[in-house]
Order: sequence, then C-alpha cells, then structure tokens
Amino acid sequence: MATSGRSPRLRAAVLAARLLCAALFAFPLLFMVVSSLKPDTDIFKDIGSARAFLPIGDISLDNYAGVFDTVPAARFLLNSLGISLVTVALGILVNSMAAFALSRLSWPGGRLVLSLVIATLVVPFETFALPLVWWVSKLPWLTVHGLNLTWSTGWLDTYRVQVLPFVANAFSIYLFYSYFQSIPRQLDEAARVDGAGWFRIYRTVVMPLSGPALATVSILTFLPAWNSYLWPLMVVQTEELRPVMVGASYFFQLKVHWGEIMAYSTLITLPVLGLFLAFQRAFVNSIAATGVKG
Amino acid sequence: MAVSTSPVRTVAPAKPTSGRARRRQHGQGRTGLLMVAPAGVLLVLFFVVPVALGFALSFTNARLISPKPLEFVGLDNFARLLDDPVFWTSLRNTLLFAAVIVPAQSGFALLLALLMNVKMRGTNLFRTLYFIPVVTSIVVVSILWRFMYQPDGLVNSVLHWMTGNVVRIDWLNDTSTALPAIMFMSVWQAVGFHMVIWLAGLQTIPAELYEAAEIDGAGRWHQFRYITWPGLRSTRTFILVTITIAALSLFTQIHVMTGGGPLDATSTVVFQAVRVGYQQQQTAYASAISLVFFLLVLAISLIQRRLTRERNA
Repeated sequence: MATSGRSPRLRAAVLAARLLCAALFAFPLLFMVVSSLKPDTDIFKDIGSARAFLPIGDISLDNYAGVFDTVPAARFLLNSLGISLVTVALGILVNSMAAFALSRLSWPGGRLVLSLVIATLVVPFETFALPLVWWVSKLPWLTVHGLNLTWSTGWLDTYRVQVLPFVANAFSIYLFYSYFQSIPRQLDEAARVDGAGWFRIYRTVVMPLSGPALATVSILTFLPAWNSYLWPLMVVQTEELRPVMVGASYFFQLKVHWGEIMAYSTLITLPVLGLFLAFQRAFVNSIAATGVKG
Repeated sequence: MAVSTSPVRTVAPAKPTSGRARRRQHGQGRTGLLMVAPAGVLLVLFFVVPVALGFALSFTNARLISPKPLEFVGLDNFARLLDDPVFWTSLRNTLLFAAVIVPAQSGFALLLALLMNVKMRGTNLFRTLYFIPVVTSIVVVSILWRFMYQPDGLVNSVLHWMTGNVVRIDWLNDTSTALPAIMFMSVWQAVGFHMVIWLAGLQTIPAELYEAAEIDGAGRWHQFRYITWPGLRSTRTFILVTITIAALSLFTQIHVMTGGGPLDATSTVVFQAVRVGYQQQQTAYASAISLVFFLLVLAISLIQRRLTRERNA
C-alpha cells in the first residue's frame, strides 16, 4: 500500500532522494552513450566537467564505424539474436507442455517430478558449469548430409551448445504451472465434452489464455540468453559463432580505444533497452513474479 | 524421468460408456509422459547428469582433453584444495563479498522501494530509471565501470568535484580498493531488481493497517516497525536467499574487470573454478572446487531459511 505523502516536508525530502538516486543510476549510462560519440581525446578532456554527460564538441558516429571495422559486430549481434530467439521459442514450447502435463494430467510420477523441478530452483548454473563443459565435449551428434548420416562427437564450438542446455528450465515450468493452475478447469472439461484431446486443449484452450505467463517466461529467458557470458566463453572458440557479450570482452582485449569500446557497449545494450522501454510493465511484472512465491 | 516412445495417440471423442473414466485415466498417463518428455530429457541431459558428474569427477583425474583414461583418485583433489592458497583466498573473497553485498543491496533496495511507495507524480519515471542498470548486461556494466574506475576516470573526477581534493585512486589495481569497488558496482547494477520485489511485497500489505495505526497515533517509525517489517516476511527470505546465491556466484565482474588481480585480491570461488577447469583444463580439480561451492550455497540457503523462519515464528 502506498503511503500518501502527507506533509510537504516529507514530499520534498522524498523528491530530493529520488532525484539523487536517479542521477546515480542514470549518469554512468549517459556517460557511456555520450562517450561513444566522442573521440578519445575529447572524452578525457571532458571527464573533469559536466561536459562528460553532454553530447557536445566533436560529435560523430566514427566510433561506431570503427567497431564494425575491427570486429564482425553485425555477426555477433545476429548470433545473439538467433540464439536468444530460438531459446525463447523452444523454451516456451517445451516448458509449457511439461507444465500442462503437471497441472492437468494425472500420470505416474507427476507429483514427484513437480517437487524435483521445484528443488532444482536453488542450484545456480555456476555449480555445474565446469562438469557440463566436459560433458558436452563428449556428447554425440548426428549430422545429415543428403542421405548420409554421420555421427560426430563433441558439441563444443556450435550453436546448439549455446541453445539446448538452456531450453528446459525449472523456473519457466514452475511459472507456467502456477499460471495454469489459475485457469478454471471447467474450460477444459467443456472442451473434453466437445471431444477435444489433451494436446488440443493445451493448444486451443490453455495456451491462448496464458498471455501474461508467456510474456514473463519470454522475458526471463531472453535476458539471460542475450547476456550470457560464462558459458559461451568456455564452449565457443570460433569467431563466427561468438555471441555479443563474449565479443565485447574480446573487443576490449584487442585495443584500448575507449570511444569504440563505449560504442560497442551501447550497441549491444540498445536492443534490450528498447525492448524494456517498450514492454516496461511486462518486465517489471516478470521480476515481481519471481518473488511471489519465495 | 521416463521417456515415452509411443506415437501420439489422438484421444477419441468421449462417448458415454462405462469404461470411459478408466480409458481417460489411461490416456492421461501416456499423454502426460509424452508432454513432459522433451523437458524431462533436456533436464536430465543438462542438469541432472552434470550435477551428478560434478560429484563423480571430483574423485577422478578428468581433464577436458586428455589422452589418459579416466582414473579414480580418491580424495586427491580435495587434499590439493586444502593446500591451495589461491583457493582459500578466493573463498575468503567470496564470503567477504557476500557478507557486504547481502545487507547493502537488500537494504538499499528496500530504501528505494519505500521511496517508490510514496504516492507522488513521476513515480513510474523514477522506477524506470532505477531499473535500467538491471536490464543492462553485467558485461557492459563491468566494462563501463572499469573505464570509470581508472585513475583519470569519472569516479575520481566526481570525488574531486565533491570533496575539492584531487583524487588519484587506482581503484582496480590496488589490493585494498579493488574488491570494494566491484562491490559498489555490483550493488549499483542489481539493486533495481530487488527494489521491484520489495515493492511487490509492500503492495500486499493492506492499507487499513496503516489507517488504523494512524488513528492510534503511531508514528512513521512505529508503522514501519510493527506493520511494514512483519508484513514483508516472505519477501525478505526470498530476497536474502537470492542475493546470497548471486553474490556467492560472482564471476563476470571479476573476469572482465580484474582477472582476479591484483595479487588474487579479487579472485572468487567460481572465478578460480573457471581458471582451473577451463583455462588449465583440469576438469576434476574444478569439479572439486564446484562441489565445495555447491555445498556452500546449499548450507547458506538452508541456514538463512531457518533463521528467517525462527525469528518470525
């Protein structure tokens, strides 16, 4: 419940505190964007004054051009976009189906699976990332060349190793499950009386009613996929397969040209920032959703 | 987790027969397994197996690429851990990081949530601003702050402006300031996330309680102490556990900003596991470090849950 600001003194204090915090959060990012438009000499000259946050002086997009000349930045962006979107799409399909089965169907082991899924929520990825690298380096893969099937060993240095480990997600299953529980069962009963099978009920009754859960799961899958760093750092060597964040630290090691580094940073931040500003409410609700059932 | 290999069976239109209920039950079992199968297989492959491997490999000589066959070596890797000074430094840094981050970040986030909970114009705008660092990748944030922490960087120039003295601290290259600098930046990046969660918790507290307290003449502090704080019980547990686990997993900031230096002053458990397991390809030893990390996370979240529960019982 919001406490309505009563005394004007309290309101003034709150406003002052809000403005101070706003400066704390906004200025570093403003500095990043502004610096991406300046040559290095100007960046350092302006650091001592408020000019550091103002796009004035020798403003140009040269740093951005420099980024594309130095690394295949467009390729990195497309890689991350592809990896993130495929992870989101497969994740929605796989996790919602599992959640549907857990929520609507009674089958042997259903209860046990649900409690296992919830138990996995507290295990951070970092605890098993290193054994996982070893494990994916041993996994087989079937390649189809026309009519020839060939088995190969090792998933290192592929797109699939960047996608498949993150498709099934206990938290997504849990979010879908709790949402499905809130959809009245009378709806599926009615569809069953009309002769619909379970797959059909899932596809035409339950999923179309699950917009908010879809938005939450999409956002909570997309963000870590776009931002992933530790995992691709270890499993991808080839430049063409590299996602944006690994590209960022690689770019950073090539040469210390701060204007270009800030340009690259701005470039890989803008897509997510744009999405956030466009779907703010959904973003904030997604985050709030993570805390609902601590 | 069983995998159903049966083909998709379309459920026949339900006819009012006596065996209908039984048949439906049967169809449910199959369809259920079929629908869980994709997620189940993937979770087994990419969660259950690697977690189990983490345990198993810690007792072997596994390397990422090795001509030698896998051998059981008993507790060798753990014995090596005990004698590894970098491991102990990393463990100490990780615990120190968590000990500072948990109260600082949850407290600051609560303060922001209380600020956002006052009904005023512009609340949404401020909330958006505070939240922007959360959607910014930690890699980008680390690069940006690494630039700002330079001796001739923005942080020193702001300090100069605030104090009037010329400040030339080399934040990330000084063993006494490197870890605190990373702590500050980490709070800056993530605090908006927990602000939103606190805010969601605050909004579940009924307005009538505050109105009643006001009528009884309770001051602002008493309202916070006896209404707000107890009302945030489950939110609090969640926030403390998530911040603790995230703090113990500290890696990216270190990798981008300091590479564990200067003199291992910022090396962490996960950072060292990656250094050993990936850069030096010693999977077995890295698994042993990961196992210690796993137990640490488990122990701390259990202790925290219990403490929070008891205090509020």
